[in-house]
Amino acid sequence: MTSMYWQKEQECLPRPELEKLQLARLRTTLKRVATNVPFYRNRFHELHLDPEKLTSLDMLRNYPFTLKQDLRDNYPYGLFAVPLRDVVRVHSSSGTTGVATVVGYSRGDIETWSDLVARILCGAGVTSDDVIQIAFGYGLFTGGFGLHYGAERLGASVIPISSGNTKRQIQIMQDFKSTALVCTPSYALKMADVMMDMGINPNGLSLRYGLFGAEPWSEAMRREINERLGIRATDNYGLSEVMGPGVAGECEECQGLHINEDHFFVEVLNPDTLDPVLPGEVGELVLTTLTKEAFPVIRYRTRDLTRLISEPCPCGRTLVRMSRVLGRTDDMLIIKGVNVFPTQIEAVLFAIEGTEPHYRLIVDRENNEDRLTVQVEVIESMLFDEMKKQRALVETIKKRLASELGIGVEVKLVEERSLERFNGKGARVIDNRRL
Amino acid sequence: MLVEQIAVFLENKSGRLAEITAVLAENDINIRALSVADTADFGILRLIVDKVERAKTVLKEHGFTVGKTSVIAVEVADRTGGLANVLKCIKEAEINVEYMYAFVNKTGENAVLIFRFEKMEEAIEALRREGFTILSKEQIYAL
Repeated sequence: MTSMYWQKEQECLPRPELEKLQLARLRTTLKRVATNVPFYRNRFHELHLDPEKLTSLDMLRNYPFTLKQDLRDNYPYGLFAVPLRDVVRVHSSSGTTGVATVVGYSRGDIETWSDLVARILCGAGVTSDDVIQIAFGYGLFTGGFGLHYGAERLGASVIPISSGNTKRQIQIMQDFKSTALVCTPSYALKMADVMMDMGINPNGLSLRYGLFGAEPWSEAMRREINERLGIRATDNYGLSEVMGPGVAGECEECQGLHINEDHFFVEVLNPDTLDPVLPGEVGELVLTTLTKEAFPVIRYRTRDLTRLISEPCPCGRTLVRMSRVLGRTDDMLIIKGVNVFPTQIEAVLFAIEGTEPHYRLIVDRENNEDRLTVQVEVIESMLFDEMKKQRALVETIKKRLASELGIGVEVKLVEERSLERFNGKGARVIDNRRL
Repeated sequence: MLVEQIAVFLENKSGRLAEITAVLAENDINIRALSVADTADFGILRLIVDKVERAKTVLKEHGFTVGKTSVIAVEVADRTGGLANVLKCIKEAEINVEYMYAFVNKTGENAVLIFRFEKMEEAIEALRREGFTILSKEQIYAL
């Protein structure tokens, strides 16, 4: 199979040269954050770390991690490494109101970002002859704009349709002869369902490629998407804290996602001991940006579990591959592409009741759509003799949760002490999605 | 002139009502009247019992969520128009009924109507003015 590259030289750089480049870029990045970002400067100082003395990539292990909480603590611009006048774009995490994190991009960052996304599109088989329908939301979420700039950079014809309105998506796909679709994998399956309802045969469409990301999925889902839409589906990975889409993506081999290592240094660590896992073992993905100007991050703990595949890929790229994301180290759920933390739900229930009722989260996927049900134990202060008030309480909880989480939820009241009590983490969540 | 009613939260699953009545029976608590309001997912059971505090305690001990509210008990003769007269009086006073239920007492001569009004004090006022018999706690429990 012949593979297309966007930046062949970089994507196929011999490993020793790649590592040399990484070391030089890493040192520069560490020096820049130590100079320009008080947060990093103080931490490096406390630990007597001098970026000048970094002589091997392994020495990065001495540096402290950056956590999501650090980003929140420095909201909104505290971790920017350039003055705001040099920032040309701001995005925010797909999290939500109370816990948002803000990231910035310089003009140079947008250039890099566009190239890295173009690499991923190219790797998936897309060329400048393709018509790309981008059904990711455009806005603070990095997905829409990230893919958009990459697709333009590639020279493809971009349809910036954004998310939602499935029938219109399909109508446009048919009329505009879209050849590539960008969205979440579950949305691709939903489209397949709606096509059936509309009596449209996917084989009659021009669609050939699907680039999917922003939520967990599986090989079984890939097979289903490929069969039902008659396309080749590839996985891509990114997170706004590090850049957005463009961090890693599958080539046409569909055997893992090549990480753009010349721009991101990757570690896979045991989430409990924080030591590196053995080669090929599953651990938490930790990323350090090597070229970001406005918002560099050092050893960012993604909480995503994956394993590295270091065997050479038949596509010829020397960039290491990561497996699809296998899970999370925290309780975070990704529902309809939106990050949901149980702590957000706790906060809402607490605000309504002034006390914290026991609850459980149940996630289902029906007709290729995620559904979150929050079961809440009724305590005395939540019990009314009037049904009208009881139902109003359910509606209030529903509304507040929807506005906090940014997605609709079902709320079900259950009897006190009917939910199991656990000590371990993750126990308040039952994820029934068969991915 | 208010009567205490207990409310119990029930999920719609089999055997819950049986469990409540068994707990009350074991503790020698007599149910004077009850009603259930329900939705597809859950219900609210309302009870008038002879030993309110005891009932609340034992139900809580058995894991039920129990609340307490005040209602008004009106006694009318058990004949045609008994309820209609009460409701006419309430309507004229422009008071809304949140819910109501009724039972006939042992002698079979009178019916007891349990009401929760939007405005309880005004309702008592209006009913009194029209000469209706409002039962006290003691009277209800002794029925």
